[in-house]
Amino acid sequence: MQALPYTTEVRPDTGLTNPKLGIWLFLASEVMLFGSFFSSYALLRSGAQAWPDQSAVLSVPLGTLNTVILITSSATMVLSLSAIRARHLDRFRRYLRLTLLGGVAFLAVKTFEYGDKFSHGLAPGDDNFLGLYFTLTGVHALHVLVGLAVNAYLLWPGSRMWRTEPERFANRVEVAGIYWHFVDVVWIVLFPVLYVL
Amino acid sequence: MIEWLGVPVAGAAHAGDVDQVMALVHWLMLVLLVGWGVFFVYALVRFRRTAHPVASYDGLRGRWSAWLEGGVLLAEVVLLAFFSIPVWSARVDAFPSERESVVVRVVAEQFAWNVHYPGSDGRFGRTDLVLVGPANPLGLDRTDPAAQDDVTTINQLHLPVNRPAIVYLSSKDMVHSFTLPQMRIKQDAIPGLIQPVWFTPTEPGEWEIACSQLCGLAHYRMRGFYTIHTQDEYEAWLVEEAAAQAGP
Amino acid sequence: MFLKYLASTDHKVIGLLYGFTSLLFLLVGFVLVLVIRWQLAYPGDPVPLIGGWLGEANAPGGIVLPEFYNQLGAMHGTIMVFLGVVPLAVGAFGNYLVPLQIGAPDMAFPRLNLASYWCYVAGGAVMLASFFVPGGAANNGWTSYAPLSDLAPGAGQTMWLAGMLFIICSSLLGALNVITTIVQLRAPGMTWFRLPFFVWAQFITAFLLLLAFPALQAAAILQGMDRLAGTSFFLPSGLAVSGQRLEVAGGGNALLWQHLFWFLGHPEVYVLILPAMGIVAEVVANNTRKPLWGYRVMVYSLFVLGVLSFVVWAHHMFLTGMGTAVSAFFQTTTMIISIPSVVILSSLMLSLHGGSIRFTTPMLFALAFLPMFGIGGLTGLPLGLATTDIALHDTNYVVGHFHYLVAPGTIFALFAGIYHWFPRVTGRMLNDWLGRIHFAGSLVCMNVIFLPMFVQGLAGVNRRLWDGGAEYVHAQEVLYLNVPMSMAAFALAVFQLFFIANLFLSLRGGPAAEPNPWRATTLEWRTGGEPVRVYRDPYAYSVPGAPSDFVPQYQAEPQRAGA
Ligand code: HEA
Ligand code: HEA
Ligand code: CUA
Ligand SMILES: [Cu+2]
Repeated sequence: MQALPYTTEVRPDTGLTNPKLGIWLFLASEVMLFGSFFSSYALLRSGAQAWPDQSAVLSVPLGTLNTVILITSSATMVLSLSAIRARHLDRFRRYLRLTLLGGVAFLAVKTFEYGDKFSHGLAPGDDNFLGLYFTLTGVHALHVLVGLAVNAYLLWPGSRMWRTEPERFANRVEVAGIYWHFVDVVWIVLFPVLYVL
Repeated sequence: MIEWLGVPVAGAAHAGDVDQVMALVHWLMLVLLVGWGVFFVYALVRFRRTAHPVASYDGLRGRWSAWLEGGVLLAEVVLLAFFSIPVWSARVDAFPSERESVVVRVVAEQFAWNVHYPGSDGRFGRTDLVLVGPANPLGLDRTDPAAQDDVTTINQLHLPVNRPAIVYLSSKDMVHSFTLPQMRIKQDAIPGLIQPVWFTPTEPGEWEIACSQLCGLAHYRMRGFYTIHTQDEYEAWLVEEAAAQAGP
Repeated sequence: MFLKYLASTDHKVIGLLYGFTSLLFLLVGFVLVLVIRWQLAYPGDPVPLIGGWLGEANAPGGIVLPEFYNQLGAMHGTIMVFLGVVPLAVGAFGNYLVPLQIGAPDMAFPRLNLASYWCYVAGGAVMLASFFVPGGAANNGWTSYAPLSDLAPGAGQTMWLAGMLFIICSSLLGALNVITTIVQLRAPGMTWFRLPFFVWAQFITAFLLLLAFPALQAAAILQGMDRLAGTSFFLPSGLAVSGQRLEVAGGGNALLWQHLFWFLGHPEVYVLILPAMGIVAEVVANNTRKPLWGYRVMVYSLFVLGVLSFVVWAHHMFLTGMGTAVSAFFQTTTMIISIPSVVILSSLMLSLHGGSIRFTTPMLFALAFLPMFGIGGLTGLPLGLATTDIALHDTNYVVGHFHYLVAPGTIFALFAGIYHWFPRVTGRMLNDWLGRIHFAGSLVCMNVIFLPMFVQGLAGVNRRLWDGGAEYVHAQEVLYLNVPMSMAAFALAVFQLFFIANLFLSLRGGPAAEPNPWRATTLEWRTGGEPVRVYRDPYAYSVPGAPSDFVPQYQAEPQRAGA
């Protein structure tokens, strides 16, 4: 069997590699997923007789903290990509570790927030706002978790590829980065919608 | 056409309009089906391998397929703009005034239709979920003055002929669909919403209320009855029921 | 050895796995509907032969209980649509043929491809397993309208949701794979307008899968939360079920489910039909020995269909209480979307004109598809006009409408595809006479089953009725039709035996097929390992001056065309 073309090199007439197109398509479907969630939010909220003061129920400082953490981790993701493109494995590792750390910190804060809600007796079933809060942030946290797994893979076992196929490895980092930025962007929408508005 | 389609008798003022659209669209369908059908059979016979051993690379010439498609579009636009949308608009926008109409509430539940008449004062009594019970499926608060003369029935809807009827439809549990086939009325009863439906019965008769939306295991027998009376019969019925229900 | 196939990343092997699995699911869906048809013809009579296997909880003494009837309906719909037709049309045909037809070595992401297959199997397994949990499978219709589904007791509905999540994952992976493959891996010379129509159909289908399915994904997660975590996204305040006040927070919206479901649901029906149209187009071009009429316009129509299918969903919801403006919008989009279908169908019909038509078995199925699709599509028009939908909504008319599209429509196209490409896959021909019996029997039976549904529907008989409407006076006059309809369904089952026998017998004993038995032009029939290059349009049949009546896409010089 022939090897698959355009896994690493760009197809001239489309200007894309397969993985890059793949990740953009995947994100298109993710946009529809979160779009459906946000539409549901809008519909439920606009039809609700009463809606709690969101910023009083949730902790805006913690949410802001998490926003900063995620944006930072996106930045370090960019830096790790440019490091690997410049063929600096060590620098790449350093930045990716920071990215990973950011993700873990995000989840830690999130866990703390959840725990805090539960300990105050707040549960998803209390009202639709809390239901949506837990569902949407839960699905988002799942995405963060997946991102962490991918980044951890690239950092440790996956980086073996760097020695044999550096170009392809860099492409993988790029794809993982695109996903990670997307997760970040979702949060940047989620945060104001759930915590502030 | 419409007799041909075998639709139920038309018993309401707007039923003719609905049936007219039904007939027109089926004419359109029939013309297309027969037209294409003839072409299809002709093509199969004329261009079978033995009769036409060498195919033509270019095939059919001319733009008449575009004309045809344009024609279908035009017919659809006409159906929409001049028939379907106006009839629909009359259903949902042009409600008659409540004063000259008979107003009832219908509350669907698994698996029955609860009917609530406001009685002679024309006001519906207060209802409350807390009061809902086997003997009081509507949760009607009989202590409310407005409720004193209210009439409730289960699976029995009575209406006078030639007077507009407005039904306020709601549901206690699932999505049901309130269907009066002879009135050309169908409306989903959706929990959490109150939907008004109106029609003017023109034929006296006794028919069935059907439920058209899957609502559980006994969906198939969520059947009610409705009777279209003359005005006098209707009033007599209402008085009789009110007397019976004013009760102890 | 066998395991090697189950873990292969070769698109042909995965395509076959998909094909075999989805045929099994079609069979399961068919058996379920046979029980339905028995019950509709003879309500309350014990089901013969298999009545004892249905389980005491479902069918004591072989008599189908209403709860079980609803399970059968919901699972028939779900299995046929999500586990039968889509995996066969996209998973099997798409996987096997798209790379071959565009001259690609494999799918762009072979391992995702395998993962997609196993997600599908997992989803199917969860769905099947749900029949055996207490309370049985989901029984709220394939549409799972809330609050009924939200509040349904037992694990069946939850398993339905879980199964759907697996299936959605599978479809998403499959879809992005198909799109990437088509965009990236076309062989040199394979420009966009040299793609066979089948590939175009798969391409648009993949976009529908990719962009519409997430709505149901979100809906399933929200409903899962309602069922498991006590939220009330779909539960409005003030519900009282069985005379008991429901203790939930409330404040939800029952219609939200319907919007999310139909936002998926309508594109989904085009997912069912577009690959079928693709197959029919290939078979028609090949057996008329001439190019498709209006190939480019057909492709543009696909795009229009794809885009518009996202803005018609609420035509399933006309009777949920819609104002004039909203209903006018959805009626209009619904009428507009019928035009590209008309264009594609007209083009296929006009393609017959001037042909030299070979009535091979695949061609018979493909030809039958055209009027069957015509009937199904035309009966969509009165449903799409809100006014007539008042009378027809949720009656058997709707059931007739979509079965004409999916059963003698899509299923016939899939049969055509199986008969057409069987030699390519196995190197053997299917038996022609068995095929013709299968065709004639299926065509007659399908029409006897589904045509009377229009009569019943116009008379006002509702769908999803355990007794087929026997309860209602207005149904009495058309009730007798249920018996011949069901007889035809049982006969249809018998005729499928010819197909199954044919498949298995020909696999071993069929006559060996030539490399290009249908004398087709597209790349999948190419032999020899040299790199592919594409020189021409997909349907160079009966080119004036060419020595043979077909010039394959991979042939450099028409003059040298032989064979
Ligand atoms: C393959 C699947 C498929 C396809 C292609 C379609 C196509 C169409 N559908 Fe259908 N539909 C379903 C599957 C499909 N549908 C299903 C499954 C349901 C029910 C879901 C449920 O409730 O369970 C449904 C329900 C449904 C409804 C809701 C009904 C209700 O619940 O009240 C409506 C309403 O607008 C509708 C409309 C249409 C229209 C206008 C088209 C148009 O796109 C059709 C356009 C085609 C044509 C107009 C044909 C052109 C024909 C010719 C030119 C003549 C040819 C003649 C010869 C060859 C002889 N459909
Ligand atoms: C793609 C979708 C699809 C297909 C193909 C079918 C096919 C059939 N359907 Fe179904 N049906 C639905 C989708 C489909 N259906 C849906 C969505 C509903 C609504 C459910 C609901 O109410 O929620 C429904 C409901 C429905 C009802 C109404 C139930 C009710 O309202 O209560 C009926 C009644 O007759 C019915 C009948 C049939 C019949 C007789 C077939 C026949 O055409 C079946 C023919 C089958 C085959 C021809 C199978 C061929 C396969 C093989 C022979 C396998 C070979 C195997 C190997 C080689 C291993 N269907
Ligand atoms: Cu109520 Cu069906
Ligand atoms: Cu639709």
